[in-house]
Formats: sequence, C-alpha cells, structure tokens
Amino acid sequence: MSHPAEPAGKTSDALRVVVLAGGLTFERDVSLRSGRRVSAALRQAGADVDVLDTDADLLPALAAHPCDAMFIALHGASGEDGSLRSVLELAGIPYVGSDSVASRLAWDKPGAKARVSKAGIATPEWVALPHSTYRELGAGAVLDLILSRLGLPLMLKPAQGGSALGAVKVSTVEELPEAMIGAFAYADTVLIERFISGTEVAVSVIDRTEGPSALPPVEIVPQSGVFDYAARYTPGMTEYFTPARLDSAASARVAELALTVHSTLGLTGLSRTDAIVTADGEVYFLEVNVSPGMTETSMLPMSVAAAGLDLGAVLADLLRAVAHTVDRSDVRTLSRG
Amino acid sequence: MSGTRLDPYSDRYAARTHGMTASEIRALFAVVSRPEVVSLAGGMPAVTALPLDAVGSMIGDLVSGHGAATLQYGSGQGDPRLRERICDVMALEGIGAGDGDAASPDNVVVTVGSQQGLDLVTRVFCDPGDIVLAEAPSYVGALGVFQASQAEVRHVAMDGDGLIPAALREALLTLRAQGLRAKFLYTVPNFHNPAGVTLSVERREQVLALADEFDLLVIEDNPYGLLGFDRDPLPALRSRAAERVIYLGSFSKTFSPGLRVGWVYAPVAVREKLVLASEAQILCPPSLTQYAVARYLDTQPWEQQIKVFCELYRERRDATLDSLAALMPDGVSWTRPDGGFYVWLKLPEGLDAKVMQPRAIAARVAYVPGVGFYADGSGQRFLRLSYCYPEPDRIREGVRRLAGVIESELELRATFGSIDPSSLHGGGDATMRGGGETPETPTANRPAISGSSPGADAP
Repeated sequence: MSHPAEPAGKTSDALRVVVLAGGLTFERDVSLRSGRRVSAALRQAGADVDVLDTDADLLPALAAHPCDAMFIALHGASGEDGSLRSVLELAGIPYVGSDSVASRLAWDKPGAKARVSKAGIATPEWVALPHSTYRELGAGAVLDLILSRLGLPLMLKPAQGGSALGAVKVSTVEELPEAMIGAFAYADTVLIERFISGTEVAVSVIDRTEGPSALPPVEIVPQSGVFDYAARYTPGMTEYFTPARLDSAASARVAELALTVHSTLGLTGLSRTDAIVTADGEVYFLEVNVSPGMTETSMLPMSVAAAGLDLGAVLADLLRAVAHTVDRSDVRTLSRG
Repeated sequence: MSGTRLDPYSDRYAARTHGMTASEIRALFAVVSRPEVVSLAGGMPAVTALPLDAVGSMIGDLVSGHGAATLQYGSGQGDPRLRERICDVMALEGIGAGDGDAASPDNVVVTVGSQQGLDLVTRVFCDPGDIVLAEAPSYVGALGVFQASQAEVRHVAMDGDGLIPAALREALLTLRAQGLRAKFLYTVPNFHNPAGVTLSVERREQVLALADEFDLLVIEDNPYGLLGFDRDPLPALRSRAAERVIYLGSFSKTFSPGLRVGWVYAPVAVREKLVLASEAQILCPPSLTQYAVARYLDTQPWEQQIKVFCELYRERRDATLDSLAALMPDGVSWTRPDGGFYVWLKLPEGLDAKVMQPRAIAARVAYVPGVGFYADGSGQRFLRLSYCYPEPDRIREGVRRLAGVIESELELRATFGSIDPSSLHGGGDATMRGGGETPETPTANRPAISGSSPGADAP
C-alpha cells in the first residue's frame, strides 16, 4: 500500500510562515478554505505554518512568535482593501502580494477600471454611483440615463467585494430595480457595466524573482451561464479549460492584458485578472484580485498546475522573496509601544 | 477538448441531490460565530446553565466505571432504562396518563436527535411524489427531510393560535377533490419553530377531529413543549389520540443538543418498521450518550433544571419583545411567544429578509431569512429571531442593529421600489432593451459616464 508523500519536514531553518485566513467579511468561508489549501501546500513544501484569524489576538501573537513572512489568504475587506496591509507595514511584517496603496486601488472596481482604461486597456463601459445619488436625483431618471447609454444587458456588481456576491446580470428593465436593491445590500456603491458576451477567462500573474509572468489562462464555462457564487464553489457546476481554448493571438493578448493591469496598478507578488474575450478576439478587463481564491475550485491553483508548477513551491518562493526584508525588532517595538 | 468540472461523479448522483449547491446564505453565516456579531439566528440552547461539573463527573464515571456497556454497541431500539425514563418525561404532557393508555417503553424508539426520528418516519411512510401537509411556515430541518425523500409539501396556514383548522380542512378537501391523500400532517404544536406560536387546546381537539374525519396521520414534533413560561404544558396531541399520532421527542432543548438523543413514540406496527429502518441507517444509537441521558434523569434534578432554563429564556424573550417594541420602525410586526426559543418577525411591505441579509451581516447582526421555512419559495417578508442564546444586553444590541438595517432597507426600497419599469426607456427603444440586445457596439476604452462616478475618480 502506498502512502501519500510525506511532508518535507521542518528543519531548524524552515521558513516560518503565518497564513491569515477567516476575517469578518462575506467571504470568510471562502477565505478559511483558501487558508487550509495554502497551509497544506506550504507544509508539503517544508514550511513551518501557523494559520491565524484577524482579531484582537493577531498582533500580540505575531509579536510573541515572529514569522519570516506572511501569506494573506483573506478575501474581502480588510485583507484586500489595503487596511490590514497598512497595519502589517506599520508593524514591519513582510507579506506576499501588493502593498496597501496598490491593494486599495485594485479593491475599488470602478477606480481600477478607470486606471487601466487610461493605460489603454479595454474595459466594459460603466458607471458607479452611491445610493445617495439615486435618492437625490431620482432613481428612475438616473437609471433611464444609464440605460440610454449602456443599453441591455447590464452587469451589476457591488463596487467592492469578491466571489460574485451581489453580482447579477440584468437582461430586462423589469429586473433592474430589484437587482439594484440586491447589489446595494453588499456595498454603498454599485458598479453598472455594459454586459459583454464572450469567453470568460481568469489570468493569474506570479511575480517571483525574475519579474511578473502570466500563467496559462483558465476558461470558465458555467453550466447555468452565470459564474455566480454557486457556480464558483460547487464542484460540477462549472467547466474549466486550462489553458483556455483561445487561438495563440488571443492567448497572447489576455496574457499581455493581465501583465499590463498588474504593472499599471502597481501590483506585486501575485494577482488574478478576470477578462472577457469577444467572438472577434477583443479582450476586455473586468476586475483584478490581489488576494485570489485558493480553494479547491479556484483558478489560480489551476493555472499553477497547468504551468507544471507545484503550488507549495511557488508560494514558498514568493514568501522567501519577501522574508527578512524587515527588521523584526520593529514588530516588538510596536507591540510594546 | 474537454475541460474539468472538478467533480468526476457528476453523472452518478441521485436525483435527490439536485439543489445541493454552495449557497450565498450559508457563506454569510460563516461570520456568525465571530463574537463581533450578535447572532439571533441559531436556536442554540443555553447549555452553560447546566450543572456542568456534575454532568462532567457523571459522564466520566459512565466511561471509567461502566465502559464495558457505555462504549459498546447497544440495542437498535435504544437502551431499555432510557426508554423507561422517556415515558416519565412524556407523562408531563399527558402521554400515558389515562384512558388505559400507559406509555410503554416498548413503543419508544431512541434516535440520534428527533431529526433522525423524523427522517425515519418519512422514510417509512413517504415515496417520491407523496404529499405531506405542514404548517406555513414549517421547521426548516423537516422541510429538508421531506425534500430529501422527494415528498411534496403542501402548507397549511397558521395564526396566533397555531394551525388553523379551517385551513387544514380546506387542504384536505382539496386533496380529496384531486383524488389525492396526504401521507401525514407534520406539526410543531408548542412554541413553534419558527413562528413561536402554540396550538390552542380547542384547536388541538379540532385538528384531531379532522384527522379522524379524513383518516389523517399526525406527526407531532414536540422539542419545546416543556419550555413554557407562563403555564403548565398543554396536553400533547398524542395523549388524546394514541393510534392517530406519532410523537417525536428530544432532549436537545431540555438537556443537551450535543448528546444527540431524541425519540419516536409510535404505535406497535410502526415501531417495528422504525427500528428496522434505524438499524439499517445507524445500527444503534450511541450507547454513551443514551446512558448519559438516563443517568442525568436518574441522578440530577432535571425538572428543576428545566425551570432554570425557562426563567432564563423568559428573561431573554422579554428583552427581545421590549426591544422590538421600542426600536422597530412602523410596519414591522412579530409574534409574542410564551415559551420556546423564537420570535417570527414580519417586515414592512416590499422588504425581503434574504436580500437584506448582507446588510445585516455588515451591521453585525444575524437572523434566519423566512424563505427557508417554506417549501414553496414564499416567506420573503419574514425572518426568525432566536433569543435563546445571547444574553439580554446582547439581544438589545442585536435588535438595535436590526432596526437600523430595516430602516436602511426601507430607504433603499423608497428609492428603487417605486420605479415603474415601463417608464424606463433609456431614451431609446424600450422593446429592444427588453429583448436583451446590446444596442450599439461598445466603445470600451472610453468610460461612458465614468466622469460622474466618484469611484471612477478614485486614485
């Protein structure tokens, strides 16, 4: 009887890693699953891993048991909106991924769209407005204006957040008021985009030591036609093609788009860009994620595998690249101060 | 070229697994366990009010002193001593108290919580497509059992006095006219989950009379019957109709839900089938937890402990009702339970508790949306509040947060709810837009109206 491969085992110089997972967001459950996957892969790669949640015990725990580097497997605020990263920067704790400023920019979908659009990247036309604007100007008049400009179908999304929570495709005007109410339940501002038909792809970018590189794109074909929460996290509800069934020119364009988004927004370490490729080969940026899902059904791990890489080894490389970049005595100073 | 669905078994699943998918609601509940959130969602008994040291030493002794029995397989029907004590518990609600119908341990089947009991009863009686009658709303765990058995649920309306007999008669007449027959009526007569109401004594007689008239079997699910605040327990339906009623009991609310000990009290013929079905399912209920419950009933002042629970829950019920009365906006109404765990709240016209839930979670308060308590997808305006677990101060804070959430949702509805979709033309051809067509070639590099967007101008 064969046994699964044994972990490489901890050595005295094993990489000491903290994986942050959980958090107090709508995506807590997804984050906990990402955290389990990441920690298992890292242990397999020989790292010494602790998994911690974000609560009042976190900073004292980090001060008492300093790590070499941290991997943030939190989804949603505060792991992606830059706030927690700001605190880690204050505390001098090295972590994998984009810094607080870049994360804050990527977290805000309309802001990220505006920035990449200025860099010449195509993105579906959009408008993002808070509830107060509709209330002040009259929702009917504002929506009428939006419809006249963007037409139907539309894609509605909370301006911040992931896992497609609150996101909905609107195909008729009758659906629009309820869809607005549903999206506003998740955020104070709702992004309304022109819906673009085409092949949906997710392109992960990994930045180890030799500069950022795009991994094979994952093509997403949800059974229901909509890549919603259930389609993302129920095995069997979505078919994935890695690499995506694109011709070489389109494949090159989506890779180029993801790398441009990564650099334009100042992202580091890793990111996942979601895009649409139309029938005539045009590529549209939808959104980018600085803390991509790492669950059993997430796309970044699929891309890593398709590239012939080991997830644990890739993550360990990313952690080593940021480890020891900060004097940990700063951590202790902060916690005592 | 084929992709991967990440599920190599997808062509093998039984039809009853359809609908078993990841859900946003379930995801939102992941944060409920965090201390920042006031959870008025789960119906978790206040087990810390138990004499934990005494229970701990009791269970320790069961292992160290009686491990040969308590760690061994047991009878498929359940431990005989426990079944005797269960009859003592049922006597408090009139079962076996008269009419020559002494409750018999022989007719008790011990189960892994009353949930397994309900599953067994449903397996024994229901084929796919069979019809089950249940209150509107009904216990979500029961609806899950009926769905798994592919039974069709038809709801019967309730009011403040529980199931409405006239509505039950109507449902039975409709079935008869259709040439159909309900396999049984499922009812939670005391301190209903989720509605919080209790079937009045008068209506109990009327329901049983209808059961006789229409030859209807009644499944009486009674986990909360001993948790009344203001009066003695009402007579169980089973106490009035031995052959017409199958009774489900539980120690989850009067002792511990973690031990998972419940029971079915059934007529002889049914009991035999239940035992065989249970043996096929679990072989036997856990010995250790059965011994623990029996020992608890033998050695601890359990009736006094139930009074302790009742006082504690009464205080929390009062905190809930007082806070609701003080804080809820106009248009919100709720039930006023005199026992049990739950208040059933109705939102103002147009609000949807499931849609509102992310806003509530963001405000750090949790409830259960009403739609889960209906098999027909209705119940959008309702939600269930459980007052059994949080301390009164936390309940008051939770209700305060919920009131704010409802106020915000009312504002949102005021903004978007009054829109007449037919007035939305978009300055162009409405029929074209309703048809789902993209009206023009996207000019994707140019954010159409992003200049008016605060988000788009963000750095």
